[in-house]
Amino acid sequence: MKLDRRKDLLGIKDLSKAEIDQILHTAAPMKDVIKRDIKKVPTLRGKAMVTVFYENSTRTRTSFEIAGKYLSADTVNLAVSTSSVQKGESLRDTIKTIEVMGFDLIVMRHSMSGAPHYVARNTKMRVINAGDGQNEHPTQALLDMFTIKEHKGTLENLTVTIVGDILHSRVARSNIYGLTKYGCEIRVVGPATLIPPEVEKLGVKSYYSLEQAVKGADVINILRIQRERQHAALFPSLDEYADLYMLSPERLTGAKEDVLILHPGPMNRGVEISSTLADSTQALINEQVTNGVAVRMAILYLMMGGAKDEIAG
Amino acid sequence: MKLLVKGGQVIDPANNRDDMLDILVEDGKISKIGRNLKARNAEILDAAGKIVCPGFIDIHAHLREPGFEYKEDLASGTRAAAAGGFTTVCCMPNTNPVIDNMAVARFVRERAKRTGVVNVLPIGSITKQQAGEELSEYADLIAAGCVALSDDGKPVSKADVMRHALEYTRMFGVPVLSHCEDLSLSAQGQMHEGFYSTYYGLKGIPAAAEEVMVARDIILARLTGGRLHICHASTLGTMDLIRQAKAEGLNVTCEVTPHHLTLSDEIVGTYDADTKVMPPLRSQEHIEALRAALLDGTIDCIATDHAPHHLESKDCEYNLAAVGISGLETAVAVVMDQLVNRNLLTLNEMVRLFTCGPADVMGLAKGRLNVGEAADITIIDPHLSKTVDPQQFYSKGKNTPFKNMHLTGWPWATIVRGRLVYCDGSIIEE
Repeated sequence: MKLDRRKDLLGIKDLSKAEIDQILHTAAPMKDVIKRDIKKVPTLRGKAMVTVFYENSTRTRTSFEIAGKYLSADTVNLAVSTSSVQKGESLRDTIKTIEVMGFDLIVMRHSMSGAPHYVARNTKMRVINAGDGQNEHPTQALLDMFTIKEHKGTLENLTVTIVGDILHSRVARSNIYGLTKYGCEIRVVGPATLIPPEVEKLGVKSYYSLEQAVKGADVINILRIQRERQHAALFPSLDEYADLYMLSPERLTGAKEDVLILHPGPMNRGVEISSTLADSTQALINEQVTNGVAVRMAILYLMMGGAKDEIAG
Repeated sequence: MKLLVKGGQVIDPANNRDDMLDILVEDGKISKIGRNLKARNAEILDAAGKIVCPGFIDIHAHLREPGFEYKEDLASGTRAAAAGGFTTVCCMPNTNPVIDNMAVARFVRERAKRTGVVNVLPIGSITKQQAGEELSEYADLIAAGCVALSDDGKPVSKADVMRHALEYTRMFGVPVLSHCEDLSLSAQGQMHEGFYSTYYGLKGIPAAAEEVMVARDIILARLTGGRLHICHASTLGTMDLIRQAKAEGLNVTCEVTPHHLTLSDEIVGTYDADTKVMPPLRSQEHIEALRAALLDGTIDCIATDHAPHHLESKDCEYNLAAVGISGLETAVAVVMDQLVNRNLLTLNEMVRLFTCGPADVMGLAKGRLNVGEAADITIIDPHLSKTVDPQQFYSKGKNTPFKNMHLTGWPWATIVRGRLVYCDGSIIEE
């Protein structure tokens, strides 16, 4: 199956390698559009999309919005905190209301895993999951994969280390589901309380030692650590976390010399990543953001269907 | 009024009966059991090809009245029970108001007599308001017809309160039914903790959340000599603990639900909230352990944990959905199809787990076919095949993960105190 045949993009779990390749392949010319002086193609003229974020986010939402605008789609944000959700409206009714306004596609973020799956079952609109609870964040994984491929030339058989709060991370899960399809060796590393149960069955290796986990790594993907987890007694303090797991240039000595550093943002400098590393040339954090727009343009294009020649020009 | 149940295979495990026999019912009681019975002026119920059993008993159901009649009431819940082959239902006290006093217990009994079609036996709460602090008035509750005590879905978190409940009930000989859940371990959990909670990104509830409480309660049963019953036991570790407690001679029993015996956590992946239940659907190793425990006598009975909900509380985000399965109308068919028809459980054992098994747990003089006693009879058609269609349920709760499953072996007729209340797909109103 190709993405243009699929109604929804809910997770990487159910994408085939061919679909991922198609998205990454389509994202390359999209990146060129972003670099143009006139950053607009008429591809999605007359199409309407809405972003509905039940959880705060600046970059993902803005990224989707500008991706839609570069492609000439009409893009609207529903500010959930000021909407009727606050008045007790059900998710189903909110979605129905949006649907009957004529939107073709909804981009949705929700703090609860499976909420986009529930929405997808109950609407004719196409649904893109922009992050659901601890489950998946497919577009983040796709932009990570695009970034890795740009630098390494391939996704096949790389060693990728994911550091931090794996338990609560949808970014980690989507990356695992995507990269394992390319035969990558995935290592997850973090405090024992933040490694999910039976994670090895996802085809990854788990570590407690950062040093061991980064040995020979081609890519290190660093996750944001959230202060709330400390209050849930999952680790003692951010200081201890930083002592054990903060990535810095000194801690990369065992990794490959050309190791790539990714971070989905926003960063906690001095907690999961040192400032020196964050600002180094190995860190692709800003490039990830640009690629995010390109990958989302590719997905919107494939899902809402534009004529292919308009992009090539 | 006479009713002659003719030509069926009678299975009555408590009396070691498994034979082709007729049963004559007169004035609500069984008057004869024997071969080729004849009776003048008797209505004949042709049970040829059917299995005739003592009336099935469900010791764990939520009938929701008073307080939550939009989810279920005694009229709809007892019709669901009859359609599911149950002649007696014990209903949990998590109503509003809670069944923690004589007045509410009497209301439930009397209302059930007026509007219901099967026997309804209320369960009183262990503590006032199910708040886990002060004991309810057990003597009053039992005088008003309560057959057991339970705080239902609210675990008695304080060990000393549970201790006193197990001690105080010794005066009355009724069981304390314990919902074993350590709330700090299960907090915010949505499904069983294991591979699939990782794979679906839902917060897990470890088996240990149940097992630490089972272990505590067994230790308290040993301390007090109290009569402890573990509700909806769902894990391998719980089975080991109960097996050990029984070997030691403690007065401990347990029930399992049809869903924990047959459905695994893998099905949660659709995020369909009909799969959300407490305790959660477990992984395959736990299912295997429950099935093994059915065979070695560790499990005393099967109970439905019938938990009907209205549509809105299930048609939503998984995390927001209510827990529970509407189980009365599928329990027997699920066990028949998934266990008996696959030779994982004998028919005789199944009947025991639905009849004298639960009766003995609750200390009820029921669950056997005895001349002179109330004619509660369940008749099963082992060949009837049907697809589960919740829209056809008598229950107001359409919430079931068994929807659209094709099952073989269904209740065919239900006789309560001599009256045929359900037959061949329909409730028979008076």
